[in-house]
Amino acid sequence: MTTLLALPYWQETGIKLGLALVVIPTTSLILVYLFLFKMMAFMQSRLGPNDTGPYGTLQLIAEAIKFLQKEDIHPAQADRRVFRMAPVVVLASTFLLYVVLPAGPDAVVEDLDTGVFYAMAVSSLSVLGILMAGWASANKYALLGGLRAAGQLIAYELPLILAVMGVVIQAETLNLQGIVEAQATGEIFGFGGIGNPFILTQFLAFLIFMIAAQAELTQTPFDMPVAETELVGGFHVEYTGFRFLLFFMAEFGTAFAFSALASVMFLGGWWIPGFDVDDNILNVLGPGVMLAKILLVAFFIFWVRFTYPRLREDQLQKFAWKVLIPLALANIVLTGIFKVVF
Amino acid sequence: MVAQNIFFGILSAIVILSALRMVTTRNIVHAALYLVAVLAGLGALYVLLTAEFVATTQVLVYIGAVMVLFLFGIMLTKAPLGNAMEMTGKQWPIAAGVAALLGGVIVYSLVNHFGSDRLVTDGPIYRTADVSDEVFSTYIVPFEAVSVLLLAALIGAIVLARKD
Repeated sequence: MTTLLALPYWQETGIKLGLALVVIPTTSLILVYLFLFKMMAFMQSRLGPNDTGPYGTLQLIAEAIKFLQKEDIHPAQADRRVFRMAPVVVLASTFLLYVVLPAGPDAVVEDLDTGVFYAMAVSSLSVLGILMAGWASANKYALLGGLRAAGQLIAYELPLILAVMGVVIQAETLNLQGIVEAQATGEIFGFGGIGNPFILTQFLAFLIFMIAAQAELTQTPFDMPVAETELVGGFHVEYTGFRFLLFFMAEFGTAFAFSALASVMFLGGWWIPGFDVDDNILNVLGPGVMLAKILLVAFFIFWVRFTYPRLREDQLQKFAWKVLIPLALANIVLTGIFKVVF
Repeated sequence: MVAQNIFFGILSAIVILSALRMVTTRNIVHAALYLVAVLAGLGALYVLLTAEFVATTQVLVYIGAVMVLFLFGIMLTKAPLGNAMEMTGKQWPIAAGVAALLGGVIVYSLVNHFGSDRLVTDGPIYRTADVSDEVFSTYIVPFEAVSVLLLAALIGAIVLARKD
């Protein structure tokens, strides 16, 4: 990797911060527009959001203006400080996730050595914000939603991390760039033309990861924390206007980040077959390839979301503890055995 | 070096103030949230000491798991809003004494052992692989002992919680 330009640390950090501030809201806008407004509208015959402006693109602006106009309401009994902090904590967890997501050999905010481990750690911070929101709203429905979210996120974090372990064992590194490199230089029975995307060898881990990610993102069929038929709106029932928008942005931003993690760990990341892993051109082409893969993964997440009905709370817990975790452990054992034998 | 010292000062102030508020606040959820601030500040201090893996583990285990379970338990049982609860027990002077004694012993032993040694922060950065190599070679016996201890605690908790 040749360094094209060297800047002082603080300038580099400033540019990266500015870029992240632009990229993260954009990613959630892309997902909302493409999947929530277009795909969901077609799949569920919701005709409204399809038709504002050319291809329905103006609907986003209409929604943004609507949210900004709304009054900022605090419930009378609410704990105001915690109530205001909660959406910020949730959004901070999303922002921290983007730090390690790579889009090219050098196109990454910070290439942390602990990579995927770090991503798992900061993604677990959002539960804290959800619990704070549920408690501070002084509303029993909000509190119930917060508790459900916490119980669910604790249960599904384990299979998520255990599924990632299989990939880590095979790639022999926690670093996300290292995982991309391991897939790019890998071979399938001696054929190295397309590398070795880990979805082939770690298909079970991929399935577990996607299911657990669905639950972590509280998307249907795992959306009991916000189940509107039972809990009105769950932990964010008392939030209005801009504060609600923060939760909304965090939800879609995190969906994008988890899709990116899945594409990096299982689909080969930014690498394009035929290029060297540290080819500088990949810094330009890589983000495009990553975006395509992310949208593909996100398509599956939202496809499931718009298709399946909600699970019951006990089914959800049973599924995590009795199915996903044993499967993930078996996957680790198998991967370990294969790693040692071959 | 200067920037590190400044951030060390800021982080230490945050940690100490949050720790004090944690034991003086009259709301149990606020106390738990101040504890989160203390643990997060400690994690940031680990980053300053170039211990990236330890810092990440701190966030994952203490904030992501332990504190979430704390809050979950508190909210599931009794978490009134406002300053409703009297949380300072009658034995707080004894507790303060024990805490001061412990702090004194730690400070004394650190000063006694290290004196005016300076921490080398621009030396080699320990990668995650180095940490795991150390754990699974030099420190394998303590590591296994701790695993067995945790397993025993886990089984003990299940036995205590079972009603039949």
